[in-house]
Amino acid sequence: MSTQVQTSSQQNPPKSVVIRIRRRDKPDAPQYWQEFELPYRPNLNIISCLMEIQKNPVTREGKRVTPPVWNMNCLEQVCGICTMVINGRVRQSCSALVDQLDQPITLEPMSKFPNVRDLIVDRSQMFEHLKRVHAWIEIDGTYDLGPGPKMDQDDVMERYAYSRCMTCGCCLEACPQYDGENYIGPQAIAQVRLFNMHPSGKMTRDERLEGIMGEDGITNCGNAQNCVKVCPMSIPLTKAIYEENRETVIHGLFGWLKR
Amino acid sequence: MAAGTNAIKIAIVGGGLAGLAAAMKIAEAGHSVDLFSVVPVKRSHSVCAQGGINGAVNTKGEGDSTWEHFDDTVYGGDFLANQPPAKAMCEMAPSIIYLFDRMGVPFSRTKEGLLDFRRFGGTKHHRTAFAGASTGQQLLYALDEQVRRYEVGGKVQKYEGWEMMSLVLDDHQVCSGIIAMNLNTLELKAFKADAVIMATGGPGLIFGKSTNSMVCTGSAVSACYQQGARYANGEFIQVHPTSIPGEDKLRLMSESARGEGGRVWVPRQKGDTRNPSSIPEKERWYFLEEKYPAYGNLVPRDIATREIFQVCLDGMGIGGGNQVYLDLSHIPAETLDRKLGAILEIYEMFVGDDPRHVPMRIFPGVHYSMGGLWVDYDQRTNIPGLLAAGECDYSIHGANRLGANSLVSCVYGGFIAAPAAIEYAKNIQRNGADGSRVYDQELQRQQEVNDALIKQFGKENQYVIHEEMGKWMTDNVTVVRYNDKLKETDNKLLELMDRYRRISINDSNLWATMALPHARHLKNMLELARVITLGALNRNESRGAHYKPDFPKRDDENFLKTTIAEYSGEGPVLSYEAVDISLLNPRVRDYSHNKQETVSATVAASASASGLPPKDGAKQVPPEGEEQKPENLSAPVIWTQDKEKVNAPVRDDATRKERDKGIEDAGGKSDKL
Ligand SMILES: Cc1cc2nc3c(=O)[nH]c(=O)nc-3n(C[C@H](O)[C@H](O)[C@H](O)COP(=O)(O)OP(=O)(O)OC[C@H]3O[C@@H](n4cnc5c(N)ncnc54)[C@H](O)[C@@H]3O)c2cc1C
Ligand code: SF4
Ligand code: SF4
Ligand code: FES
Repeated sequence: MSTQVQTSSQQNPPKSVVIRIRRRDKPDAPQYWQEFELPYRPNLNIISCLMEIQKNPVTREGKRVTPPVWNMNCLEQVCGICTMVINGRVRQSCSALVDQLDQPITLEPMSKFPNVRDLIVDRSQMFEHLKRVHAWIEIDGTYDLGPGPKMDQDDVMERYAYSRCMTCGCCLEACPQYDGENYIGPQAIAQVRLFNMHPSGKMTRDERLEGIMGEDGITNCGNAQNCVKVCPMSIPLTKAIYEENRETVIHGLFGWLKR
Repeated sequence: MAAGTNAIKIAIVGGGLAGLAAAMKIAEAGHSVDLFSVVPVKRSHSVCAQGGINGAVNTKGEGDSTWEHFDDTVYGGDFLANQPPAKAMCEMAPSIIYLFDRMGVPFSRTKEGLLDFRRFGGTKHHRTAFAGASTGQQLLYALDEQVRRYEVGGKVQKYEGWEMMSLVLDDHQVCSGIIAMNLNTLELKAFKADAVIMATGGPGLIFGKSTNSMVCTGSAVSACYQQGARYANGEFIQVHPTSIPGEDKLRLMSESARGEGGRVWVPRQKGDTRNPSSIPEKERWYFLEEKYPAYGNLVPRDIATREIFQVCLDGMGIGGGNQVYLDLSHIPAETLDRKLGAILEIYEMFVGDDPRHVPMRIFPGVHYSMGGLWVDYDQRTNIPGLLAAGECDYSIHGANRLGANSLVSCVYGGFIAAPAAIEYAKNIQRNGADGSRVYDQELQRQQEVNDALIKQFGKENQYVIHEEMGKWMTDNVTVVRYNDKLKETDNKLLELMDRYRRISINDSNLWATMALPHARHLKNMLELARVITLGALNRNESRGAHYKPDFPKRDDENFLKTTIAEYSGEGPVLSYEAVDISLLNPRVRDYSHNKQETVSATVAASASASGLPPKDGAKQVPPEGEEQKPENLSAPVIWTQDKEKVNAPVRDDATRKERDKGIEDAGGKSDKL
């Protein structure tokens, strides 16, 4: 079943692919670079290159080394796990096609998350943020209570855009304000938007707003707009930040009046 | 351990739709869950599902009903499914969709603001609810969110980045926990549980490249099988008709592309190299529409797959190669974006062409396993305390799964397994005498396997062995199957198992290594590959996804039976179990006509081809006695075609004990082959 799908490949394809990988053996070990070269084939993506290297990990200088490690799962840019920095840009390695990249290709782990080994990072802080902003609908129970609220297709489309967030972390990697501790970041704020727009989600809106109103909350955004540019799912992050900022201001006002 | 109902703890292995559905139900009932997953659960394979989820809600007033859904499911599965659970699933389906709606899934809407439904293969009704073209992602996230809510509430403890290696079985073969491995440190640890639910998804990686995600190795269920769990209908592997061939995987082009009007064609003239858009309508051969006027491009998957395969085999593929066109370019780009946006992006991203204007090039790819761990109607396996749900169990889909029926079966399975596990846990009596001994023993066994692999040094490359297995399985155990090829494949698998003993782990840095886990998967994949191959070899008929040109007809008399594989230490022992057909009489499956017509016009026994009209010159079933009996296999195979032994799986304790001596390698300790 090995068939070639026609591509928009260049006229003179290169003979080989050169890949420089920024490696690290253990979390506390120093980083170092290694360069690998493999034969060119059309339609290669970064993951296929890494698989090739893994099979036979020999550097360009002919030195046998430990195989570089990375994360992968869906291979169709929907699980978010394979994110890394490729030629200086944060993106998914499964959808990064060699034919569209300048050589030598550099691969680096994301820098805003703890580096486990080689290209693997630990992004559990993003899931922690989802806990903090109560990123869920408070349903009464899973037993049969009939259909949910009727909704306008336009509203659904707007929510759908936010619901595609795959927690990949590209936006956080690119955000100049985010460094893991000081700012909750655009991904969590967009999730607040997703749930606060839902007719049932609205009812518990305040809990979510409180999650983004602290010291490290929404006001840290410097509106640099880097996040929107790198989001692979084209999520309207700055719109979410704008809307939620408004919501928090109103919420803050009411909170003050209630006192 | 189960001191009072409050102390119940259930271990769930797998955080896809099935695992999360079960976790949510158990936590909601107030019990504790330990949830294990190789990848963070939100990154499970279920995110890949694109098309949608089935449920007979009948918003289009087409007279759809849960009974009709049930009938389509059983008919589509070529009558191999036990009918009561299939019926129960179809009855639960509308309420499952409503629940996801309440949990906030952005399902597409009608003008009135109600849920919209689309058509999928194998039905004449609009029965598939969808959220854009990323339904699986949306459904998984909804469950992930609810489970996170329970995680915050302290009911769910997640072990992400921990891989289940084997079951802990006590002296009576009762499951009392699992051994899991931390994928960073390689630390092995025993986890006690009152019951264990397997929800580890499909085994696509056994075929090398497939539409599945990279964690879909089937390794965990293979470990269960090697510890005594029965594996059912392994030979039923669904090959999806439309995938995009790639270097690292076969990316799926969802059936919804055809559901929304996509048409499959090839140029009428062999080897026509013209640009597809410049080929006039009358010079295109819409072969599915021509051969199956009633269902057209929406015939069930096994049929579409074989037709595409055959067309290419006959040299009619695009440019004579293994590709046909799947054409959407006649539909307005705006409609396509709204209904299929996400999947079109996948094609654009990985191929570089815009499917809104250029017909896509596609070919069949391994997609789904109908087979899996044997379970009863409460999702319980034959091992007490071990349950299974989702793609890793065998129930519901019979010989072929209908599109959009998997997501609903995963959630259904999780929803049934959860109360069944709780019920079981409430009633167990553990006499505590085992103490920690059984855990220590199993832990040690697993540690020995790891240590041996790490120490072992040889010339074989585990990735090469994996590639070879994938190629052999894809070439010989997918769309068209011949007995001689199946025998050769089994011999090849034995050879690969032998070579496996001479692999070395090529990574001296064991921290977060990919090499050792892969080596463990590979062993388990090879064991499961034999189950699939020998199950196919032994089934001399054609039914659903299983097609043998030498036995082109469905043979209800001999094979209206579930294949059961049990591990013997030397390979699978096969036996057969009757199918529960208490609700619908088997009838001929024929998609060239409307289903209704066939209902009245057929008789059960004389079932004909599994959907494919016999080709001119196609071999007929050889007369009795001429059947190819696969007895001259070189391997010491213990499986049997003996009709006496059919329906007599190893059940009594003495036999089991004896056999179990051979299974001491729980999860693949030492190679004794
Ligand atoms: C491309 C594609 C598109 C599809 N589209 C549709 C569709 O439109 N409609 C439909 O109904 N079906 C569809 N399917 C089928 C459907 O997606 C799957 O059958 C379903 O998602 C399986 O879900 P699951 O919960 O059983 O397992 P999965 O989602 O595969 O989850 C398995 C889980 O088990 C974990 N796991 C595995 N092994 C271990 C271990 N040893 N230890 C710990 N954890 C482990 C994994 O980490 C993961 O969390 C599609 C399938 C594919 C491949
Ligand atoms: S707009 Fe705000 S969140 Fe986005 S990159 Fe800039 S500072 Fe970060
Ligand atoms: S918002 Fe976009 S970039 Fe950020 S985590 Fe989600 S998908 Fe990734
Ligand atoms: S592997 Fe899932 S996004 Fe790349």
